Amino acid sequence: MSHAGPIPLPQPTRLSQPHWDGCKEGVLHVQRCTACDAYVFIPQPVCTHCQSDQLEWVASSGRGTVYSFTTVHRPPRPEFETPYVVAIIELEEGWHMLANPVECRPEDVHVGMPVEIVFRQMSEEISLPFFRPA
Amino acid sequence: MSSPLHHVAIVGAYNTRQARAIDVPETELLLDAVRGGLASSGGLGLGDVDGVNVSSSVRRLHSREAVMLFGGRPCWTGGDIGIPAVLEAALAISAGLCEVALIATAQALQYTDRVKTAPWTRPSNEFVECFGLFTPAEFALMACRHMHLYGTQPEALATVAATIRNHGARHPEAIYHGRFCTPEDVLASRMVADPFHLLDCATTSEGGACLVMTTAARARDLDCQPIYLLGGGTDKQGMAYVTAPVWDRYGQVGKRAAAQAFAQAGLTPADVDVLELYDPFSFEIIRQLEAFGFCDEGEGGDFVMNGRIAVGGVCPVVTNGGLLSFSHAGLAQLLQKPISAVQQLRGEYPQALTVGAQVAITSNGGSGALFCDVMLLGTEQAA
Repeated sequence: MSHAGPIPLPQPTRLSQPHWDGCKEGVLHVQRCTACDAYVFIPQPVCTHCQSDQLEWVASSGRGTVYSFTTVHRPPRPEFETPYVVAIIELEEGWHMLANPVECRPEDVHVGMPVEIVFRQMSEEISLPFFRPA
Repeated sequence: MSSPLHHVAIVGAYNTRQARAIDVPETELLLDAVRGGLASSGGLGLGDVDGVNVSSSVRRLHSREAVMLFGGRPCWTGGDIGIPAVLEAALAISAGLCEVALIATAQALQYTDRVKTAPWTRPSNEFVECFGLFTPAEFALMACRHMHLYGTQPEALATVAATIRNHGARHPEAIYHGRFCTPEDVLASRMVADPFHLLDCATTSEGGACLVMTTAARARDLDCQPIYLLGGGTDKQGMAYVTAPVWDRYGQVGKRAAAQAFAQAGLTPADVDVLELYDPFSFEIIRQLEAFGFCDEGEGGDFVMNGRIAVGGVCPVVTNGGLLSFSHAGLAQLLQKPISAVQQLRGEYPQALTVGAQVAITSNGGSGALFCDVMLLGTEQAA
C-alpha cells in the first residue's frame, strides 16, 4: 500500500480519540462492554449489544485473519496507488475492522490469511493501522 | 393479511429523459417529471394533488417549497425517498391525510465531466476513507465473502450484468439503448474493485421520475390501469459506509422486509412474475434472490444461469436495464424500480421486454449500504 500524495486522514472525534491515540502509541484500542463483554467497533456511546454505557477501552492483540477483501484497480482518488487491497480483518477477539493488508502482493491475499497489525505514522497526529501476513 | 396499503393504487408513473448529463435547469426537469406523471394518471391534475413528496438533487428543492410552487394549497408532505416514500404516501392516503399523492424528483447539471462519479459513492468517514474505500469496494467485500462461502463464480456475476444490460439495450428510453453485451464482455471490461469489472457496476447519469398515487376507489374513476400495492417492508441496519460490511451480520439485509411484504400480500416468491430489483452491482441480484426467498442462501450463483433471470425466463429481473443501463440518476433511480414495475404490469413495454406480469417485486438499497426496502405491486387489488 503506497500513496502518491497526502490521503485524507482521520479527524478524531471525542468518541474516537482513544482509538487514534492508541494507534499513535502502537496499540490497537477497541471498546469493550464491561456489562456483557462484547467488543464494540466503530466507537459508540453505548454498547450496541446490550445498550449499557459501561464501555472501556482495551488493547486488542492486533492478530486476526482476513475475513473478506477486494483488490482495487480504480481508486476513489489518485493518491491511492493501484492495485491495492482493502480487507475486513476479523480480530482474534471476534470483532471486525477495515484496513489495508501490506508487506505482501495483492495476489497473495486470501480469505483466512493470518495477519498482524502494523502501524505507519502518516502525520504528527495520525498513525494508521495496517495488517501484514503473520 | 389485511393491510392499509391495499386501499391504495399507483395511477401515474413517468420517467423524464435520462442521460449521462442533462443540461437543462433542474426545476424544469422536475416539472417535466410532475407533468408527465400526472398525464399518465388518466385525469388527475396538479389541482387534485394534496400530498407532495417532491425534491431535487442539486438545487435541493424540498416538499414544502414544492407545495408553494404548486399554489400553496394545504398539503400533506412526505420526507422519505424511493420505495419508503411510496409506502409512506400510501399510509398517508390510507389514513386520510391526503387523497392524491405526488412523488417526484430530478437531478440535472451535477455531472459536468465524464469522469465525475456520484458524490454519495465517496464515503468520508474516519474509519473508511483513509483505507481507499468507496462504494464498489464496499459491495465487493460482500461479494468476495459470498464467493468464499459458496463458490459463487465470476461468470455468474457477469451473467447478471449482461442480462440486465441486454434488457436495457432493448428499452428505447435506456441510456445504453442498443448497447448489447455478453458475459465475456463483462469479464473483459477493466477491473474496478475485484470481483467487479466496469460493466458489473452502475452507471452515473441524470434524469427525473414521478409516481402518482391515490385511493383504490378514486383510481377506478380514472382513465388508466391502476396498479395496486400488495405489501411492503423497509430494513435499515445502520449508517452506510462507516463500518465493515460484514456478510454474517448484513448479508441478508432485506430478508425481513421481503417476508413482511409477502405476508401482507398473501403471496410467495413463486407468485411473482417480474423482479425489478435494485442493481447497483451485479452481485446484489444474486444476494437478493437468496434473501427474498427465490432460492436458498448460497444458490444464487447457479440460479442466475441458463436464462432464468432474462425476459422469457421464469424470474425476469430488472427488465428496464436498471442502474446498469437504464439510468442511475440522483434519487430518481430509486423510484424507477416501482415505475418499471408499473409499466411492465400495465403492458406498456416493447414486445421484446414484455413479461405479461400480474405481480411484481421491487427493491431499493443493498448489502454494502446496510439497507434494503421491498414492495410488491399487482394488477389486482389484494383480497
